[in-house]
Amino acid sequence: MDILQASALELGEKIQQKEITAVEAMEAVFSQIEQVDETIHSYLYLDKDQAMEQAKEAQAQIEKGELTGPLAGVPIAIKDNICTKDIPTTCASKILQGFRPTFDATAMEQVKKAGMLLVGKTNMDEFAMGSTTETSAFGVTRNPRGTDHVPGGSSGGSAAAVAAKECFLALGSDTGGSIRQPAGYCGVVGMKPTYGTVSRYGLIAYGSSLDQIGPITRNVKDAAALLTAISSKDWKDSTSADIPSREFSALLEKDIRGMRVGLPRDYFTEGLDSQVKEGILKAAKALEARGAIVEEFDLSLVEYAIPAYYTIAAAEASSNLERFDGVKYGYRAADYEGLHQMYKKTRSEGFGEEVKRRIMLGSFVLSSGYYDAYYLKALRVKALIVKAFQKAFETYDCILGPVAPTVAPKLGESLQDPLKMYLGDIYTIAVNLAGLPGICLPCSDADNGLPIGAQLIGKAFEDQKLLQIAYALEQELQYTPSSHEVAENE
Amino acid sequence: MAHLIDDETIEYVSILAKLDLSEAQKEQAKKDMGRMLDYMDKLNELDTTGIEPASHIFQSGNVFREDIVTGGDGSNEALANAPRTKENMYQVPKTIG
Repeated sequence: MDILQASALELGEKIQQKEITAVEAMEAVFSQIEQVDETIHSYLYLDKDQAMEQAKEAQAQIEKGELTGPLAGVPIAIKDNICTKDIPTTCASKILQGFRPTFDATAMEQVKKAGMLLVGKTNMDEFAMGSTTETSAFGVTRNPRGTDHVPGGSSGGSAAAVAAKECFLALGSDTGGSIRQPAGYCGVVGMKPTYGTVSRYGLIAYGSSLDQIGPITRNVKDAAALLTAISSKDWKDSTSADIPSREFSALLEKDIRGMRVGLPRDYFTEGLDSQVKEGILKAAKALEARGAIVEEFDLSLVEYAIPAYYTIAAAEASSNLERFDGVKYGYRAADYEGLHQMYKKTRSEGFGEEVKRRIMLGSFVLSSGYYDAYYLKALRVKALIVKAFQKAFETYDCILGPVAPTVAPKLGESLQDPLKMYLGDIYTIAVNLAGLPGICLPCSDADNGLPIGAQLIGKAFEDQKLLQIAYALEQELQYTPSSHEVAENE
Repeated sequence: MAHLIDDETIEYVSILAKLDLSEAQKEQAKKDMGRMLDYMDKLNELDTTGIEPASHIFQSGNVFREDIVTGGDGSNEALANAPRTKENMYQVPKTIG
């Protein structure tokens, strides 16, 4: 039997039943990586010897009955902005080249505690700024469902690795759609939990009020299991939330009869590709078939989310990225005169264009004279957006919409026009502004064979219910993205 | 309203951002920033009089804990990541004349 066909939970079960060993699973993953990663380039860092050593140790613990969790022994990929002790963590930026954190991010500690095994660190847009993984300083990642296309971003490497079966599951991070959109483009499941569900300690910050770590997996059940493993109350993150239950698989099998699903009219306007629209309407029908009540409504303020988001995210980024100064870690310019020139040259040489663009914009909107007009204005609009969602959730159990206006664009098409790229985030960013949970799952194929992603948005801290609805949708659709073999697309 | 970013503003922003831009990069930055600010002006279509700015959504107030050492020292490990060190310290160019 082909080990790689198993889902993460199926593999975990077979490992516990001694049908497969963790060592065999890791070997299978590396043989797949050796076959496809030269083309796909999901990974920035791999160490096979270390991974195999880890797998042997885990297998010994499993055999002794010391490691019994549902995901014990399962190989996982980690986005390169999540700190991994002694293992390079670069955020796909030249400025962090060579950085080896002295500690694990809390989410990584949780991954280890659950017995999952690190395969490697995945490619991303530099500092998570981008929607295609093309702003990485270390080369692009290709979409495994069509290698002329981008995998999405910023967690493009994690989504591609899951889709190309170069791991069984992965962690990404989502500041404005960076888990959900690449999951949609690559035909896998990606979830951004409610803000505060997963600790941000050790996640290299982009927009601190928006960032959240979450699972990227092959199906909804795996996503719920991985979220259960990584969610914790953490004193090292002051925004870590108290949540009554962290059993995110608890409601999966319950039916969704009578639940109300809202379809925002303002999501289905100009700019939405007609095939994507059809795909989402098909998902709506599937939810109806399961007994849910689907109706259209006006969410309002949709077109204001993008300017509010880019103001806030750029402001937070300019502040968070001040720490990269060539003193404590990473890159330092070779020649300079005096301290200030060292800072400036280091940062100018170390950061890529998109990162510099956002730092400049953020510095501007926070500067005296513009702070009220731009930054505070954006925070006021954010308050209105939060209210609009609250109002919607008085009536609906969840909101259904697209994850992006189109399927994955071709490589090289997006970066020429940054503003146009930002507009592609229209369906995902408001979720971060309001701190809500959102999940993306593939719902059908476009004519060119690329998957279309449906997004479900839930009420804050109703992640369990969101997963329940997503699971019902997945079961009803029974859709698997066309498994384009990498070789076919070359 | 179209935003025209002048040389002085770009100069000021690059000081705040601690970035050294070439002439060509400055011209590009002027264009990019002007275009983004035009777009951000869309927010002015909304009347936000009396609306409190929302920073963190779920958080109200500080989170306190006892100040107990848990992670140990780790200074050698941390210093190992620095581009330059001297006698167990970060080395930087002379800062006082």
